[in-house]
Amino acid sequence: MTEMLYQRDVYGKTLAELGRQNKNIVVLDADLSGSTRTSLFAKEFPERFFNFGVAEQNMIASSAGLASCGKVVFVSTFAMFATGRAWDQVRNTIAYNNFNVKIVASHAGITVGPDGSSHQAIEDIALMRVIPNMKVIVPCDGPQTKEAVLAAVNIPGPFYIRLGRPKVPTIENKSNFKLGEAQVLIESKDIAIIACGVMVDAALKAANNLLKRGVKAGVINVHTIRPLDSKSLLDAVGSSRGIVVCEEHSIVGGLASAIEEALTENNPLKLVRVGIKNRFGQSGEPAELLKEYNLTSEDIESVALSLAS
Amino acid sequence: MSYSEAEIKELEAKAKEVRRLIIKMIAEAGSGHPGGSLSATDLITALYFSVLRHNSAEPDWNERDRFHMSKGHCCPLWYAVLALSGYFPEKELLTLRKLGSFLQGHPDKRTPGVEVASGSLGQGLSVALGMSLAAKIDKKDYRVYCLMGDGEIQEGNIWEAAMAAAHHKCDNICAILDYNGFQIDGEVQDIMGLEPLLEKWKAFGWHAIEIDGHNMKQILSAFQEAKKIKEKPTIIIAHTTKGKGVSFMENVVDFHGRAPTKEEAEKALGELE
Repeated sequence: MTEMLYQRDVYGKTLAELGRQNKNIVVLDADLSGSTRTSLFAKEFPERFFNFGVAEQNMIASSAGLASCGKVVFVSTFAMFATGRAWDQVRNTIAYNNFNVKIVASHAGITVGPDGSSHQAIEDIALMRVIPNMKVIVPCDGPQTKEAVLAAVNIPGPFYIRLGRPKVPTIENKSNFKLGEAQVLIESKDIAIIACGVMVDAALKAANNLLKRGVKAGVINVHTIRPLDSKSLLDAVGSSRGIVVCEEHSIVGGLASAIEEALTENNPLKLVRVGIKNRFGQSGEPAELLKEYNLTSEDIESVALSLAS
Repeated sequence: MSYSEAEIKELEAKAKEVRRLIIKMIAEAGSGHPGGSLSATDLITALYFSVLRHNSAEPDWNERDRFHMSKGHCCPLWYAVLALSGYFPEKELLTLRKLGSFLQGHPDKRTPGVEVASGSLGQGLSVALGMSLAAKIDKKDYRVYCLMGDGEIQEGNIWEAAMAAAHHKCDNICAILDYNGFQIDGEVQDIMGLEPLLEKWKAFGWHAIEIDGHNMKQILSAFQEAKKIKEKPTIIIAHTTKGKGVSFMENVVDFHGRAPTKEEAEKALGELE
């Protein structure tokens, strides 16, 4: 039975553990501490937790003031508000100063589900990865969430870590997380499927089905979108006939764009993007939405088949 | 607390020196914001040379008071007081806005004495709030000063920070409002009026003091009063004159963001003898 975990549960527990080890860690939230699970830290360390109410701009800019006094600041809210509402504060007051602020945002992507489009960040990777100094991680499951948070604590400077809302399956047999190092889950032969976040599981399912149809598809988990591991991506893509990039994000500006930027100069392969195509999200159950927006393993399969033929 | 005439005279002379440096560096740069730099000069001169606990030989001293210039476009003023305080040589001021200079067009952390960059308006009071919360966590008694512009407080982020600073009873924060009455497009009261301003800050839970921002005695008294206020942040609403000290710049909106020509700079320096 595959283990299913909420990434935000893992985040909250990891944060509380870190709080016990490091007195310099301060956590901020904007009235969503129950949802983001920073409430676990808040309960244990009330003197190092500040709830900013529904005021994300103030929260993000204040994190810079705390960081300037030597604090390691974790800032959490939904991805939409952390990256959209407060983008200027992230750009000018955190990243420009290269402050030690870790933005860990939950409820990214359309798997937010019934809340609908206003709460479904599908542009956040794009918004964060264009900012100098910012490191961008999209963990694929619960355990990788913990690894990403631990990595962020140990590396000075600003991070954006993107988490989802629903439970996600744990991806078995992957190597230890290393910032900026893509994980080859299946070696690529005919087709290379590159994915991040919840799409890694769909990519693995697609690859298994493709094998039954005679197509050997590799799967690469690119958990770190910035800095992008372009060298090993080039190696991993190897002699494939095409690349399918899968993300629970707009096809513009996210992982696919990052891959294209990195690879096209060296490896002018046909690349197809499995992502959200110039549409906003809408209400629905996560599984229904993934289907509606063509983000299933079947969608990956059909794209891969067209590239392989 | 009373101040000797000698101390007041000394600060007034220092403020004149600061104004001269502002004119010189903006004229040399060929661009910049003289109006709001000159209006806040007396406030920030008093702060740096009489109030602020700091040591230019040890900029990272843990116990230092923090100062943040939220209205970052007036950094020539900040750079002048930092140079005169010994954070870097005065001659560096003439590199303002030049390629490779640590004196950027808006405040930047690479400048000795600058803790946090600014420039995008409305974020500085939040930065001050973060510094204030850090002091609370660390049980330190340093104070946090934050200079804001009047046009700047039209930003919503300021009021988010105002609400939060009162909520957290940040009595170590002293905000300073340079109320010169002008913003780029014209008079504040015409563009987006702020009144009743004292009442607004009081309603947000702040201790608010209104002063003449060019009167050294009033400035120093206000800073002292702020130190005594407990459980509340303080704002000093300082009525000032945009372009103060240079007759042809005073209340002239054009000098919000225009450098004086060579001739204008000479004339200005003549007035500041």
